[in-house]
Amino acid sequence: MAAKDELGRAGEERATQHLRSRGYAILDRNWRCEQGEIDIVAFRDDRLCIVEVKTRRSELYGHPFDAIDERKRRRLWRLAFAWAAAHPDAARRREIRLEAIGLVGADASTARLEHLVDIL
Amino acid sequence: MSTARTWAVALTGVDGHMVEVEADFTAQTPEFRIIGLPDKALGEAVQRVRNASSNAGLDVPRRRLTVNLSPASLPKHGSGFDLSIAVATAAAGGALPAEAIRSTVHIGELGLDGRLRPVPGVLPSVYAAARAGFGRVVVPHANAAEAALVPDIEVRAAASLAEVAAMHGAEVEVPDVDAVEMPVSTPADADRLDLADVIGQDEAVDALVTAAAGGHHLMLSGPPGAGKTMLARRLPGILPLLREEEALEVAAIRSLAGEPITHLDPVVPFVAPHHSASPAALVGGGTRVARPGAIVRAHRGVLFLDETPEFQRVALDALRQPLESGRIEVHRAGFTASYPARFQLVLAMNPCPCGNYGVRGAECTCPPMAIRRYAGRLSGPLRDRIDIDLQVARVAASRATSGEASELTSALARARVVAAREAAAERLRGTPWRVNGEVPGERLRVGALRLPAKVRAPLDRALERGTVTLRAYDRVLRVAWTIADLAGATTPGIDELGRALFLKKGLLA
Repeated sequence: MAAKDELGRAGEERATQHLRSRGYAILDRNWRCEQGEIDIVAFRDDRLCIVEVKTRRSELYGHPFDAIDERKRRRLWRLAFAWAAAHPDAARRREIRLEAIGLVGADASTARLEHLVDIL
Repeated sequence: MSTARTWAVALTGVDGHMVEVEADFTAQTPEFRIIGLPDKALGEAVQRVRNASSNAGLDVPRRRLTVNLSPASLPKHGSGFDLSIAVATAAAGGALPAEAIRSTVHIGELGLDGRLRPVPGVLPSVYAAARAGFGRVVVPHANAAEAALVPDIEVRAAASLAEVAAMHGAEVEVPDVDAVEMPVSTPADADRLDLADVIGQDEAVDALVTAAAGGHHLMLSGPPGAGKTMLARRLPGILPLLREEEALEVAAIRSLAGEPITHLDPVVPFVAPHHSASPAALVGGGTRVARPGAIVRAHRGVLFLDETPEFQRVALDALRQPLESGRIEVHRAGFTASYPARFQLVLAMNPCPCGNYGVRGAECTCPPMAIRRYAGRLSGPLRDRIDIDLQVARVAASRATSGEASELTSALARARVVAAREAAAERLRGTPWRVNGEVPGERLRVGALRLPAKVRAPLDRALERGTVTLRAYDRVLRVAWTIADLAGATTPGIDELGRALFLKKGLLA
């Protein structure tokens, strides 16, 4: 596994802990379909939360949130509905929301974490 | 992290409108949007503000930033909003206290390195801010002298965004940068043009002083080399100096045209567009942003059209609206701009295309039809607005080489002009007019200013014979009043009227 993928995995792990501590119930992780992958699917306050996790070693090449552009958002929505279609029982009558977690730091366990709730 | 507000100024023509610049962060993925009808240059502020802020040490949070320019329906243009957007952004992001910028106006363009660059139109912008009751304005270093001309407002100049941020209490390091300077223009040498240089043209000098005293529009016709341009260039030197608010108006227009302003020039402007000028060049134009044309730049001064018949007819007829109303309206698809345009018109023309018609000792080679066509290029309505039609002859060799200088200097002539204008203003007190050239004809024909029949006799006879039109009749009366003012007489006598008729003879012939 390449170093960057390892950092990414570690970042997702840290994000999952962060969500749990905030009262999210984790339903699914690294769910894949033809259109791509969802990092974390969680459930909180009757909402289905599709969470995108981005981890960067430093901000030299931009903030992690800079990587979540309009195109990425549109794909996340498609993935969200694909997940909902694949899990009709879990998704029924629940509002879907996109969230983003950005981590900056070489070590995921100590990296600076930012959490955006509802990125449209 | 929240909403922050500050102020900037949008210009339409020379009128400034206060624009509230609001910056608001929302917890969404990074985006930077400017709304409120920005043009292309203003839309690109996104890039300039982002880079300038990071180079100034101001952190822009990675969230969605929306900048609203209110009133949202007013079109805004130019790069002068950069600074206000940057400080509003910094305050919304928490880098500086929002209260500090709440009632300050910010004007200036940002470089990517965070330095402040000068923008055109600072004078009218600051003027608008002062009139709207703002107490403090921040401008780029290079515009400081220009902004300082406006009274009743504190002007703070800064060389960089970091300096502005520190001024408002942000904890940033202020780098020692070289301030961006404006190119300095050499001042015009109008002062060196003295009326005493004109020799052997006493008639013409006298007519020029009359035109200056009454604010009369003037036409100079004569062969090449008679000194028409020389005379016209000396008119600003004998016109009264501008009062402070008039000088501010003139400087505001120059500022809009992008000229650097460092002090108020009390001498009236002199604008001499080339005869190939298009109507848009004279009136002003542009597709999105209106730029003032030659007519507007001549506001409160002299508009000199050399070789008048060579101008396009449509360009000349564009003069009619401002001559009538003192304002000019520029209409385009996207905007309407209104400019002040109250100027004294000086036209110069040759008697015929070759220039020798009617000159003693020279032979005119133009066919008669060409001469008629040449004179006909000036439309009747424009000719009608010319009060003084002066024939300038070449100076006789004996007078030109006699070595004697004219004793009438510009300073002396200006003193006479000022005295005559004071007399006219005293008589016109309580009316909207200040000089004789503005007074409508019926005021001089009926009522208190009507001249006795004995004095009017030669003029009345000319009217009866049909050699003067009623409009020309009014013009002669106006000039007669100015000549009387110059002579210190309370009303024009038969001599003054005769002299006025002589100055109008171009239309009598």
